[in-house]
Amino acid sequence: MAEWTEEITHVAGTDLAIIKGGQGKPLLILHEELGHPGWMSYHQALAKDRTLVIPIQPGMGKSPRVEQIRTVHELGLFYLWALRELNLGPIDVLGFSFGGWTAAEMASADSKAFRKMVLVAPPGIKPPDGDIMDIFAVTIGTQLNATIYDAEETPEFRKLYGGERTPEQFEAFEEARTETARIAWDPILHNPSLPYFLQGVRGLPTRIIWGREDAVVPVSAAEAYRQALANTDVQVTIFEHCGHRPEIEKGPEFVKLVREFLA
Amino acid sequence: MILMYFTERPYREVPEDEVIKNRGFFGVPNRFFDREVGSRLYNEYLDEMVYAEDVGFDAIMLNEHHGTPFCMGAVMNVEAAILARITKKAKIVLLGNPLPTFKNPLRIAEELAEIDCISRGRLVPGWVRGAGSESIFNQANPAYNRERFEEAHDLILAAWTRPGPFRWEGKHFNYRFVNPWVTPYQKPHPPIMIPGVLSPETVVWCAKHRYPYLGLGTALPATAELWNIYGDTAANEGYVAGSENFGYLQHVFVAETEEKAQELGKAHLFGGGQGAFSRPEHTLPPGYNSKEATRRLARTMTAGSGGFLGVSSEQLNRAKANAEPGNLQAVADSTRRRLARGEATIEEARAAIYRSYQKAQDGLQIITGTPKTVIPKIRKILEVLRPGVFGVFQSQGPVSFEDRMTSIRLLGQEVLPAVREIGKELGIVDPFERKPGARPYAHGAQREQLVSLEALRAQA
Repeated sequence: MAEWTEEITHVAGTDLAIIKGGQGKPLLILHEELGHPGWMSYHQALAKDRTLVIPIQPGMGKSPRVEQIRTVHELGLFYLWALRELNLGPIDVLGFSFGGWTAAEMASADSKAFRKMVLVAPPGIKPPDGDIMDIFAVTIGTQLNATIYDAEETPEFRKLYGGERTPEQFEAFEEARTETARIAWDPILHNPSLPYFLQGVRGLPTRIIWGREDAVVPVSAAEAYRQALANTDVQVTIFEHCGHRPEIEKGPEFVKLVREFLA
Repeated sequence: MILMYFTERPYREVPEDEVIKNRGFFGVPNRFFDREVGSRLYNEYLDEMVYAEDVGFDAIMLNEHHGTPFCMGAVMNVEAAILARITKKAKIVLLGNPLPTFKNPLRIAEELAEIDCISRGRLVPGWVRGAGSESIFNQANPAYNRERFEEAHDLILAAWTRPGPFRWEGKHFNYRFVNPWVTPYQKPHPPIMIPGVLSPETVVWCAKHRYPYLGLGTALPATAELWNIYGDTAANEGYVAGSENFGYLQHVFVAETEEKAQELGKAHLFGGGQGAFSRPEHTLPPGYNSKEATRRLARTMTAGSGGFLGVSSEQLNRAKANAEPGNLQAVADSTRRRLARGEATIEEARAAIYRSYQKAQDGLQIITGTPKTVIPKIRKILEVLRPGVFGVFQSQGPVSFEDRMTSIRLLGQEVLPAVREIGKELGIVDPFERKPGARPYAHGAQREQLVSLEALRAQA
């Protein structure tokens, strides 16, 4: 497809696959725990006036594993280094789920690296009510199905990850799950120190987006993030009848919200 | 030959319905544990082991699993320590400690050294990566499973053999002061044996370390293939592998009459047997498999098998063994999946499990009968695989203590002497008669024949 390209760049001491598409000011997108889901309609819409920069997390797809990255915090340090080398800061960032957690870790280490930050249903903070789903103790199918509140009403759900369930895609999922488990197995998908360090974030307008019926990361964590980011401008938007993927479950509303916030 | 007795020490009174409903033993809620039953069973199992020694077994074997009524030996070293004291001459074979799950492997080195000293040098330690469920139960990162296995192994051997105190700074384990006061009775360290269910990576690792590899009831064709890989690796390492490098564990149950043996032998399949050890998502948590193994697994998945949503290790093993659809586990597997979708009843699932009983016997996965009928079957296994160590796996499920003891008695009186004769006739040598890896390999020479493909074909 002509809408996007994937290139391997040597940066921060390793090869890093980066998907790029669109035009205008760069927007960093950090993908979720199963990898980059493919070029979806929200990418298409956001790419109209932004150049999307989507690094593939080391250890997934064409980005080789970096053994020295052993925590999500260290993954954040890696991306900060990459942004410096690529002269991409300060940049707007949009992080989905695990990518949102990574963005929060980056902000906690250097909030000046970002201009504005959008976090979509990130794990990373232990929810005050309910548990983060143990995605490592379920099958890929269960994990994938749990991300959507109403699959019947979400036509794009079937297009995630290319749609077809081939042996190659099984391998790609296993690889992504392995890398996520490697750095986030214990504690279970959160960093107990993150709320403390997020208090140090200043001058970074932040929007937190969640689905009320999120079965992967309970919506109560939205408030925990808001409280942790007490020293910067932060707003929370919660979509009703929506699960862990507001970007495809509430596509048009989601895109509108993000574009207005980043404008 | 070393003849070995093994019982999984199952919690025999778990309701079978609960295992079937749960689609596996791992994770059955522990409200079904009754302390009186547990207490009685632990003591019966220790008595079985002592009796096995009395009737002539050379070795008694323990294993370790967590969070499952399939095996109550969650802390195997405790049982081993008791056996070290209450048995007299049998080797105490541990197959094995799940090394990647231990946060402090130095303590394992200490525990094993104590057991070796109490038993005056009868310990045979063995180590495993653990089933995937052990990683989940013990909060051990499956993505580091093999790395932690290898580093813990290296650390334990160093703790036993390198003069302390020394510092250990590895990738996963760090110690500022390694100096265990008690080191093993056997020098330089106890002989090590490694069990497995046919991971090629483990077989190669074993061959490189010259450790005997013990197949845990694995299908004969696939086992034969992997033992040849061991043999080739050994030749590359410069030594000749022989029967001293191999062991095999086999379900065997013996009773006074054929009828009774057939009835009680069914218990090997209780709850779905080994194939129902754990659900796919617990068997293979992310990263537990190597990239290569994941690739092999991905290729075995077929459309409509439901495999994409989670492929179990037994499916993988079946694919490796080129087994035909419809054998031992296939029917039960598909019924379990239908059960999960609410399309089958528990009764149907149970019927599917026991329908495979005859096939399991035909394929020699289960051997049950009177001494007279089991001996020729054991002979076939010995002819094909030539294992230096042959382990007898006691029946699972609701088999009474009395019936288990009868099986042990009959094995001792009638089966073991016959098996020893067969071993002699076949020229099988065990790892205590000939140190594994002791015979140098001359480059270009024909390496020793490890398995008999003729016997395998005759069996098929």
